[in-house]
Amino acid sequence: MKLLVLGANSDIGSAIAGAFAKFEQADLILASRDMESLEKKAKDIEIRHSVKTKIIQFDATNFSTHQDFYNNLSPKPDGVVVAFGYLGDQKNAEQSFDDAKKTLDTNFTGAMSILEIIAQDFETRNKGFIIGLSSVAGERGRQSNYIYGAAKGAFTIYLSGLRNRLHKNDVRVITVLPGFVQTKMTAALDLPEKLVATPEEVADDVYSAFKKKKDIVYSKWFWRWIMLIIKAIPEIIFKKLNL
Amino acid sequence: MTISGWGRFPKIKASIFSPHNESKCRDYLKEVEECIAQGLGRSYGDSALNSNVLCSRRLNLILDFNDKEGIISCESGVSLAELIETFLPRGWFLKVTPGTRFVTVGGAIASDVHGKNHHKDGSFSESVISFRLMLPDGEIILCSRSQNQELFYATCGGMGLTGIILSATIQLEKVQSAYIKQTTIRAANLNEIFDLFEEHKTTKYSVAWIDCLARAKDRGRSLLMLGEHDVDEDFSFSSSKKLSIPFDFPSITLNRYTVELFNRLYYNKAKNSVTENKSSLLSFFYPLDAIGNWNKIYGSRGFIQYQFVLPRESSLEGLQKILTKVSTSGMASFLAVLKLFGKENNNLISFPLEGYTLALDMKIQPGIWELLNHLDKIVLDYNGRLYLAKDARMKADTFQRGYPKWEQFRQLRDKLGLSEKINSLQSKRIGL
Repeated sequence: MKLLVLGANSDIGSAIAGAFAKFEQADLILASRDMESLEKKAKDIEIRHSVKTKIIQFDATNFSTHQDFYNNLSPKPDGVVVAFGYLGDQKNAEQSFDDAKKTLDTNFTGAMSILEIIAQDFETRNKGFIIGLSSVAGERGRQSNYIYGAAKGAFTIYLSGLRNRLHKNDVRVITVLPGFVQTKMTAALDLPEKLVATPEEVADDVYSAFKKKKDIVYSKWFWRWIMLIIKAIPEIIFKKLNL
Repeated sequence: MTISGWGRFPKIKASIFSPHNESKCRDYLKEVEECIAQGLGRSYGDSALNSNVLCSRRLNLILDFNDKEGIISCESGVSLAELIETFLPRGWFLKVTPGTRFVTVGGAIASDVHGKNHHKDGSFSESVISFRLMLPDGEIILCSRSQNQELFYATCGGMGLTGIILSATIQLEKVQSAYIKQTTIRAANLNEIFDLFEEHKTTKYSVAWIDCLARAKDRGRSLLMLGEHDVDEDFSFSSSKKLSIPFDFPSITLNRYTVELFNRLYYNKAKNSVTENKSSLLSFFYPLDAIGNWNKIYGSRGFIQYQFVLPRESSLEGLQKILTKVSTSGMASFLAVLKLFGKENNNLISFPLEGYTLALDMKIQPGIWELLNHLDKIVLDYNGRLYLAKDARMKADTFQRGYPKWEQFRQLRDKLGLSEKINSLQSKRIGL
């Protein structure tokens, strides 16, 4: 198997790359902006799992480069993981349109741009799988991170549509909905300890969803139930909550 | 959040920061008033506790591997378990391993951990070729036996008090199998087990499980476990699904009667005076790793693991005294482990010295502090010392008398600005 990981410098991205290297002996194409850090990650995975890796520069928000990026990949991957993302800061994003736009551009527009290109290829080849890292933040808007949540929510809906479109071509689309994860992205946040997963735990959940042919996976599993409750709260009450 | 060491005593409120790279470490050191580094939190007491903790777990890249020489370089947050999983199938194992594989490389260096082969191969630092250390001002220093020697010998066994260990280069050992040929020998008392240790000095691995409650003529009743690497080229191994202790046992679970019963059954399990079998590396070195959170069996108040070493010439007499004290106190120790150490190394405050070491688990209970203070006195009378990685309560004087090079260590810390920036609860308590 040849797996393309977009956003391979992210903790979850590199953990998923590691899981596919470990369990599938997958050769990896690791893509991200920071090549220096990517080189170290690639070497780590090569040593641990004796697989081949290739690193390649990719910028999610530089949309016009996406077509060339994918055209230049040879051979084409059997699967792709979209793991890049940008959390930003809600307060910043409220005050600065640039920051809000960056949140949308990275988490949604960038993901859509590259996935449309890849989906076309998978569709014509009638094979392939797509794993998209969305977020439980996209399940319902909350004052503490609704701009990020809106971007992830759009991405979740996009993935759902893509799954529907590609089903007849035997191309699988897996939506991953992580809750709190201990990563670079969340390092500055004070998260409730018992609810926090490690990137490796999320990667294990993603890999097992892949094996079990699931469409949607919450990680960790209890977020399915937490979100069920959060989504069930009537808006008239929800709007008063400090979430 | 509330954190503690593996012994779950003491528990303190702390904020934890897990940097992903070296520049984040540098920023953090600038920002915080003081901090201590922590890996997987397997030191028992307060040596990795401070209100600010720098957790090394996200510094977890394997940087290089030379498969001809068996030399690896990795960041300090990589665990020994990860190294075993990666390199054992290729015929490489750790030269020295402690009784759990869930420690980080940084932690293994800082505690200069030892294993069942100390009498032959020394402690973990013997396998350390070099490491990179960040000082409080953010400067990174490469330390080895030939470069920045003083910092090298201070950092190995230095309990993380000489700076942040960022990465290390380590020598692995070639093995021909993932299995151990194990021999278990029964010893009826302390004299017998001492004779057996001496007799089997050339065996690669040796450790004894000792029944601390046995009295009078049975005092020191034990099982000596010996091991040599198998050579069958069988590298199949599986780290099977772990059992775990889901909640704190009521603290009454372990009392002198249940422990006595366990000890008798365990001793008699070795039916013959000598038994031989083949055991996987994982079960030979890490029997307790098979049970996640085994520390919860001692109840929510936690426990102390009391480990000391006595110089060889005074070991027999000193141990007789200590075992007498422990068995009459009735403060049952579930697990007691006896081991003969080899020669002391050059590190400033590493624990091992040539002689016998005993490790006792005791749950926190009324009377425990008085008992342990009393044991401290016996240990010092016989020129012994306590292991910093297990300690949560020794007094400054006990430490300073046991570790004659402590002042040199302290001076080095003052000189490099470490005593202001890098501290643990333990370092403050014992005057380091």
